[in-house]
Amino acid sequence: MSLVNLEAVHKRFGEFEVLSNINLSVSEGEIVAIIGRSGSGKSTLLRCINGLEPVQQGRITVDGTEVTAANADLNNLRQRVGMVFQSYNLFPHLSVERNVTLALKVVRKTPYAEARDIAHEVITKVGLADKFGAYPDELSGGQQQRVAIARSLAMGPKVMLFDEITSALDPELVGEVLRVLEALAADGMTMLLVTHEMKFAKTVGNRTVFMHEGRIHEEGDSRETLEHPRTPELTGFLDAVLH
Amino acid sequence: MIREFGSEDILFLLLATRWTILLTLASALIGGTIALVVAVLRIVPLRPANWLAIGYINLVQGTPVLGQLFIFFFGFSVFGWSVGAWTAAVTAFSIYASAYLAEIWRGGLQSVPKTQWESSAALGLTYLQRLRYIIVPQAVRINIPPTVGFIVQLIKNTSLASVIGFVELSRAGQMLNNATFAPMSIYLTVAAIYFVICYSLSNVSQRLERRIHVAR
Ligand SMILES: Nc1ncnc2c1ncn2[C@@H]1O[C@H](COP(=O)(O)OP(=O)(O)OP(=O)(O)O)[C@@H](O)[C@H]1O
Ligand SMILES: [Mg+2]
Repeated sequence: MSLVNLEAVHKRFGEFEVLSNINLSVSEGEIVAIIGRSGSGKSTLLRCINGLEPVQQGRITVDGTEVTAANADLNNLRQRVGMVFQSYNLFPHLSVERNVTLALKVVRKTPYAEARDIAHEVITKVGLADKFGAYPDELSGGQQQRVAIARSLAMGPKVMLFDEITSALDPELVGEVLRVLEALAADGMTMLLVTHEMKFAKTVGNRTVFMHEGRIHEEGDSRETLEHPRTPELTGFLDAVLH
Repeated sequence: MIREFGSEDILFLLLATRWTILLTLASALIGGTIALVVAVLRIVPLRPANWLAIGYINLVQGTPVLGQLFIFFFGFSVFGWSVGAWTAAVTAFSIYASAYLAEIWRGGLQSVPKTQWESSAALGLTYLQRLRYIIVPQAVRINIPPTVGFIVQLIKNTSLASVIGFVELSRAGQMLNNATFAPMSIYLTVAAIYFVICYSLSNVSQRLERRIHVAR
């Protein structure tokens, strides 16, 4: 059974169709890399999956919940779908610990001691046990991004959405974030990740989806797709990012 | 009849100052509570609520406080309610403060980046939870200086309540002047009292701002 399923999804901003007829099915434990040029609709695709953007046509289901239903309980769904953004978006007025425990306490009503234990566990997992009490502006970009991952993990999501989470980082900080993703992959987390790290897409991704002008232009096994592109558009794109 | 300006007069002014402070406090508290609701109605993604808030703000900001004071003081008697100067003044200044504070706070709420709404939504927080735990705490820090600035204006503006016979600091000054004809000493004392209150308030605000910054 697929965990995330998109059927004939169309998304428009006004007249402009940003996503055209997207069909995508992601199974539990699968890691899907989404690549494509700027403006091809990659972020919009992820944002439709957790209902941050409404769609005009088609059906999206995640973990048995129909996201596109008129009465969908999005706040409930989002507890099961983690999302990490390019610009980290930590809460600047809260410490690392409280960034991570906030949703547990407010949304889940988890008792304080338990929330703290969960926070300890996930913050340790991303390698920041010594930064528990720090504030976001005291952390490097790479550290902030790892806290953002921990913040999502604390809710115990079924699937994680990553939107170019290393793009805003200095090159020397990219590795520490990718290692966290690799550890999540090894744990069997289902992931959809928009990335420009082709090597990472190839080695960690099971499947690669190439977006072009709002459509899934090409998709398949990551290694196969990235080593032997079938369309001139993907060939051109790979040439451009690799050189 | 005519006497010298003496220390008992200073005491008289200080006692009247209580009413200036009480009127300001009451109006800021009641007005602030209304302002919070109006500011939120102004930003929720619900058109009719936005219109309601905008209409209210424009109506209040588009009329002079002096007129509002008269309306509440004399207006209610048309309906057979007799309203004291205190009630009329608190009502008028609360409404006046609510519109201005709502506009100030709306600006603060909207200056929190949209990404903060999104990342808290992505964690499953409801609209009101996002507002309460993420947006408002960040807006508060931005809002302290303009809010204090407005309250300093409010303190000085409460002197308008003297027109409906409410005895606060300015009105007390006028009364003394009628008895002593020593306008310079009286009004310099009155001005000095306003200055001390307003200056201390600005000072506290600056300290508060620094503290909140350190503790986020
Ligand atoms: N809120 C919006 N209103 C109008 N148009 C939008 C909005 N958000 C995105 N778009 C447009 O939709 C298209 C797809 O945007 P999207 O952000 O999904 O692209 P992307 O593939 O993630 O690009 P990038 O690699 O630059 O992040 C772009 O042309 C963009 O200008
Ligand atoms: Mg994008």
